[in-house]
Amino acid sequence: MTLSKKATCNSHGQDSSYFLGWQEYEKNPYDELTNPNGIIQMGLAENQLSFDLLESWLANNPDAASFKRNGESIFRELALFQDYHGLPSFKNAMVKFMSEIRGNKASFDPNKLVLTAGATSANETLMFCLAEPGDAFLLPTPYYPGFDRDLKWRTGVEIVPIQCTSSNGFRITELALESAYQLAQKRNLKVKGVLVTNPSNPLGITLTRHELNLLLNFVDEKGVHLISDEIYSGTVFNSPNFVSVMEILVNRNYVNMDLWNRVHIVYSLSKDLGLPGFRVGAIYSNDDLVVAAATKMSSFGLVSSQTQYLLSAMLSDEKFAKNYIVENRKRLKNRHAKLVRGLRKTGISCLESNAGLFCWVDMRHLLSSETFDAEMELWKKIVYEVGLNISPGSSCHCSEPGWFRVCFANMSEDTLELAIQRLKLFVNAISSNKNNINGVSQNYSSKSSRRKSISKWVFRLSFHDRERER
Amino acid sequence: MAIQIDQPSVSLSRVAVSDTHGEDSPYFAGWKAYDENPYHELTNPSGVIQMGLAENQVSFDLLEQYLEKHSDGATNSGRTSGFRENALFQDYHGNGKLYGTNKRGRAKFNPESIVITAGATAANELLTFILADPGDALLVPTPYYPGFDRDLRWRTGVNIVPVHCDSSNNFEITPQALESAYNEAESNNIRVRGILITNPSNPLGATIRRTILENILDFATRKNIHLVSDEIYSGSAFSSDEFVSIAEILETRNYKDSERVHIVYSLSKDLGLPGFRVGTIYSYNDRVVTTARRMSSFTLISSQTQQLLASMLSDKQFTGSYIRTNRERLRKRYELIIDGLGKAGIRCLKGNAGLFCWMDLSTLLEEPTKEQELCLWKLMLHEVKLNISPGSSCHCSEPGWFRVCFANMSEKTLEVALRRIHDFMERRKAH
Repeated sequence: MTLSKKATCNSHGQDSSYFLGWQEYEKNPYDELTNPNGIIQMGLAENQLSFDLLESWLANNPDAASFKRNGESIFRELALFQDYHGLPSFKNAMVKFMSEIRGNKASFDPNKLVLTAGATSANETLMFCLAEPGDAFLLPTPYYPGFDRDLKWRTGVEIVPIQCTSSNGFRITELALESAYQLAQKRNLKVKGVLVTNPSNPLGITLTRHELNLLLNFVDEKGVHLISDEIYSGTVFNSPNFVSVMEILVNRNYVNMDLWNRVHIVYSLSKDLGLPGFRVGAIYSNDDLVVAAATKMSSFGLVSSQTQYLLSAMLSDEKFAKNYIVENRKRLKNRHAKLVRGLRKTGISCLESNAGLFCWVDMRHLLSSETFDAEMELWKKIVYEVGLNISPGSSCHCSEPGWFRVCFANMSEDTLELAIQRLKLFVNAISSNKNNINGVSQNYSSKSSRRKSISKWVFRLSFHDRERER
Repeated sequence: MAIQIDQPSVSLSRVAVSDTHGEDSPYFAGWKAYDENPYHELTNPSGVIQMGLAENQVSFDLLEQYLEKHSDGATNSGRTSGFRENALFQDYHGNGKLYGTNKRGRAKFNPESIVITAGATAANELLTFILADPGDALLVPTPYYPGFDRDLRWRTGVNIVPVHCDSSNNFEITPQALESAYNEAESNNIRVRGILITNPSNPLGATIRRTILENILDFATRKNIHLVSDEIYSGSAFSSDEFVSIAEILETRNYKDSERVHIVYSLSKDLGLPGFRVGTIYSYNDRVVTTARRMSSFTLISSQTQQLLASMLSDKQFTGSYIRTNRERLRKRYELIIDGLGKAGIRCLKGNAGLFCWMDLSTLLEEPTKEQELCLWKLMLHEVKLNISPGSSCHCSEPGWFRVCFANMSEKTLEVALRRIHDFMERRKAH
């Protein structure tokens, strides 16, 4: 009595360093009071900076979380609501919010929006809809490690990398696109489309208009799909402003052409609103067949009606939503600046970025050799000796060793300070050629702050290999 | 310029364009008719009464009362820190409180072996991905829930091979039927990976007897295949004595051969909360648990909902009283409908669970065929204005049986429905 091939393979990808780092963190998690020498989690792309805004909205609008509408109980209605077309008021609020984030330069039709249990589910569902087992999607590297599971595991779809390098700031080039396509052909894989994350995870940069045009030209020419995962669209804190692929399509008069039907957007509230626990994702497509198929498939991962109702109330409050977007960006910008400054003082530079919850950090100069082995060696030192869980570029399929993704929005400011201090000591020690065994973290514990680190509560519940997304 | 593609203009996968989602069946067509002309006591008293929807609406007042009393803990509106923690909580191990407190008195469950999913729909699909490869088969006793055609087959590429049951023995699953189905698969070179039963049964509305469960377990062991027991209706058995979980059978056998057994559960029927998307898989096989947990990333439950339910379900006083009251109310509803149908000269299968009864209209068929059954179904829908589910949509091998739901409406509406059936039968007698 055996299990399926899917169950016994390891396409779930959980043996990668991306997840191993978390395991190490779990065994020894930092806590400013009870475990000041523990590992600081910097591998978790969560947005914890703006909860107070959500909390104060909730305090002022208690009905939304209490199954009430205008003081009347709608519990029954919500409890029974499992229509995979989603709560209309929620979808309306979502498309307005998506539009607001894009500076109202693109507008969305709620009938083309399909709700899913997180972007994880949205991406997998699109694979089921657009590709056969054995087909391929092209993805620019470096990319989010979770894609290996989300796009490939149960769908049988392959990922072929579009190699991007630091020589041009990891931008997508025509040459790289073509090379990837040729590589797929050589491997006898039928390419069904390109999937990009915009803004990029792990790079933290928004795609330029030039890149978006390149992509559209490419998928137009090859007759394939383009998926734009815009999960970080609300985290753009610096110019250039976020440009959605939808905007370019409209500007180039592609509305209702063939290409128009082959571009699909994935969205989620996990990053922008910091609500990964609520499992709110969405697929947006101009193709009715895709919307129809994806809607039916969403039966396998519907969003709780309780949650749809709460968020529809919150997001329909336009004043709140507008203000949230602006304030959230401001806070992300400050945090980002803090990390970049701190790293620079340590002689470490980052890819210049304007979005996301992380920096793409250049530690090539700290490698003992220009190899991935050396990157692993450095990573292990940083996890065990410096006490920081950061994500090595190799786990993101980066073609060059020495890059790391470092998150900055999932901890308090004090903790971020401490992390920077620890890194500083480590780097100084390396450059003065001293052996630094466990000495670093003991010298510093952060100042006690009134508010306990949020992560502690959450991780108290964890068992062995708990998982975090992105 | 676009290059010629050899598929319809927007190239979608076979899965996307297939109709294995099953939504073209009468099961769903009936809903459409209802949606277009729904009954309402005041505003549309001649509309279609929905009797094709297995929802439990008889005990909401109990839930609403609970929520009124516990609005703080349940909904977090007063606890700001609670919100934050919930918002971040996407651990696929689920809220420990919610699952540790689990149900069903007589069998013991280990919270570490529970995996949460967004509804039983997701749980069944997930298990199928884990237990079978594309092209393999699961044996499913007929009649079965129409949604299985989608849940078990659509994206997984797995086949369903029916285990035929009929009225000669109250549709009970026999060892011969099991063997027969297995051999049928073998002769078609299809590899059987497991058997999936629903207990209590949908659409029969009856629990599976202990002996039958033992037979099924023995069969699965002999063939070395998996056994999935979908116990979504376990809390809807009219009397707690009558429901035997496969977990109890395993316990009496000291868990020998238990690594092939997996149980699906959900709060959609017992608690009447389908909108909240709360399903669970319980497996006695560690590898299945681990894999299922990883796969559940695609279908996690909103932590906001987990929080609400954790509070509710850990209140033992509440759950005990809810379960008792709910069973009693369902039993009364069942008696009401059986009585009413009996007066109209219609027999039903003897049921003891679920939110529906399995009604025998075979005597009304001109010929015992599926086509005649569908004619009768259309008649019921358009003339009598009742949406009931034809047995053929449940893959029943005997034409003339219909599933009729009784818990998704008020008692008054049920009485209206019964009157309509009564009048319909009178009209037919007069002919």
